[in-house]
Amino acid sequence: MEYFENLLGPAWPVVWTLAKIVAIVLPLMIGVAYLTLAERKVIGYMQVRLGPNRVSFFGLRWLRGWGQPIADGLKLLTKEIIIPTGANKFLFILAPILSIMPALAAWAVVPFDPNLVLANVDAGLLYVLAITSMGVYGVIIAGWASNSKYAFLGSLRSAAQIVSYEIAMGFALVGVLMMAHSLNLVEIVKQQQGSYGALSWNWVPLFPMFLVYLISGVAETNRAPFDVAEGESEIVAGFHVEYSGMAFAVFFLAEYANMILVSTLCATMFLGGWLSPIPGLPDGFPWLLAKVAFVLFLFLWFRATFPRYRYDQIMRLGWKVFIPVTLVWLLVIGGWMQTPYWLWGSGAH
Amino acid sequence: MSFQSTVFWVFSAILLFAALRVITARNPVHAALFLVLAFATSAALWMLLEAEFLAITLVLVYVGAVMVLFLFVVMMLDINLDRLREGYWDYLVPALVVAGVMVAEMATILWGRYFQLEGFPTPDAKAAGYSNTRELGKLIYTDYVYAFEIAAVILLVAIVAAIALTLRSRKDTKYQDPARQIAVRRQDRVRIVSMSAETAPAAAAPEKGTGSD
Repeated sequence: MEYFENLLGPAWPVVWTLAKIVAIVLPLMIGVAYLTLAERKVIGYMQVRLGPNRVSFFGLRWLRGWGQPIADGLKLLTKEIIIPTGANKFLFILAPILSIMPALAAWAVVPFDPNLVLANVDAGLLYVLAITSMGVYGVIIAGWASNSKYAFLGSLRSAAQIVSYEIAMGFALVGVLMMAHSLNLVEIVKQQQGSYGALSWNWVPLFPMFLVYLISGVAETNRAPFDVAEGESEIVAGFHVEYSGMAFAVFFLAEYANMILVSTLCATMFLGGWLSPIPGLPDGFPWLLAKVAFVLFLFLWFRATFPRYRYDQIMRLGWKVFIPVTLVWLLVIGGWMQTPYWLWGSGAH
Repeated sequence: MSFQSTVFWVFSAILLFAALRVITARNPVHAALFLVLAFATSAALWMLLEAEFLAITLVLVYVGAVMVLFLFVVMMLDINLDRLREGYWDYLVPALVVAGVMVAEMATILWGRYFQLEGFPTPDAKAAGYSNTRELGKLIYTDYVYAFEIAAVILLVAIVAAIALTLRSRKDTKYQDPARQIAVRRQDRVRIVSMSAETAPAAAAPEKGTGSD
C-alpha cells in the first residue's frame, strides 16, 4: 500500500477513496442482481411454483437459475432506449440517474463494522434522511418528462406518498436519536450494546417506531403493498411506463438498491447492526448481513402476502395512524427515560 | 488558490447560474428544478462554512419536501406561456425596486465598513470531532428555549389557521369509517339459507355436446 502511496503522491487520497466506493458499490450491485432472483424464487415457492430454474453457468445442473439475473441484465443492456416524441429529452434521461444517485450516495455513512465505514460523520443520520428524501425526484421527473398520462399519474401518487411517509419515518428516527444521544450511525449501534444481547437493541424499547419505520420503508421504496406508483393493474407501470432498455434497468436497480439500503438502516438503527444477538458470541459483519437478509425477506414476504392498498387508505395509514403513534411513543420514551425504571443504558443525561 | 476556495468559486458559479435560470426559464417546471439545484448548491456552500446541520436541513426540508410539493402543483397547472409573459414590463419596475433594496441591504452588511466587520476576527476552523448539531441543540434548548418555543407555537398556529381557512365540509361528501369497516361481521353481509335442491326445467337444460362453456 505504501508503494502505491508514493507512486501516486497527492492523488492517492482520491484514488483510495474511489477504491473504497467501488468496494461498497460492486457488492451492492451483485446483491441487487441476486435480490431480484431471491424475490422471484421466494415468491415462487410461496405460490407453490419453482421460479427461475433454467439459466445456469457452464451447464452445471446445481447452478440452475443462478444465471437468470445476468441474463436479464444482458437482455436489458442490448435493448433500445426509446425516447417518446413528446418527451423532454434531457429530463427523461436525467430521471433514472437522479433515482439511483441517492440509493448509492447514502451508503457513504452506513457502518459495516466498528471501523469499517466510508465516512464516519457526526450527522450521519441526518445525512441519510436528506439523501434518501431526494430519491423522489427521479420518480417525479420521470413521470413529467415522459409526457404520458399513466406516467404522470404514477409520479403524482408517488410524490404524495413519499412526502407523507417521510414524516412518520423522521419521527421514528427521533426515537433512535433519543436513545443514542447522537446522530452518528456508529455511535447508534454502539449504544445498543448491552448484556442482554438481542433484547438490548432499540427494537424493544422503540417497538412501535420499529414497526412504523419498517412499514414506512416499504412505502418509501414503492414496494408492494404500497406500489401504487407502479400499479400494473391500474396505470400499466406508472412512472416508468415509457422507459425501456438500460434506462428502465437503472430504475429497477435503484428500487432494489433502496430496498437493501432501507433494510440495512433498519438493521443498524433497530436491530443492533453488527452486534451479536446472543451474549458471548463475537460481534461482526456477518450478523449485519444476516439481519439485512431477514428484513429483505420480510419485504418479499409482504409482496407475496398483501394485496395493494387503495390510495386513500395509504394516506390514512401514514397521516392518521403512523404519525400519532410515533408522537405518542416519543412522549412515552421521553417520560420513561426520566424515571429510575429505564432499562436500556444510562437513560437521562 | 486553495482547494476550498476553488470549490467555493465553482459552487458559487453554479448557484448564480441556477438562480438566474429560475427567473429566466420559460417553463415553470424547469424553473422549479433550477430552484432545487440552487438549494442543493447553497447547501454545499454552507457545508464549506462548517454549518453541516443547516446544510443538511436545507436539503432535507427544502429539496426533500417543499420543492416536491412545489413541483407537484406546478406540474399540474395547465400553463399558457404567453399569458405568463403578459405584464412582464409592468412587473419589472416594482421588481427592480425590491431587488435594488435587497442588494443595498446586503451590501451594507457584506461590505463591512458600516458595521466594522474588519474588527471581527475570522473564526478558527473547528477540530475534527466538533459536532455542530450538538452545539446547536444545546443552544436552542437551553439559552434560547423560550424564543424557540414561541417560534414553534407561531408555526403551529399558522398550520392550524391554514387548515381552518381552507377546510370546507360538504354535506354530500361520502367517506368511510375504517373502524366500522373492521367491525363488520360475516352475518352482516352474507346470509346462508338452507334449502333443498331444485331441478332445472327440462327446456332450459342444454343439449349434450352443443352447449358452449
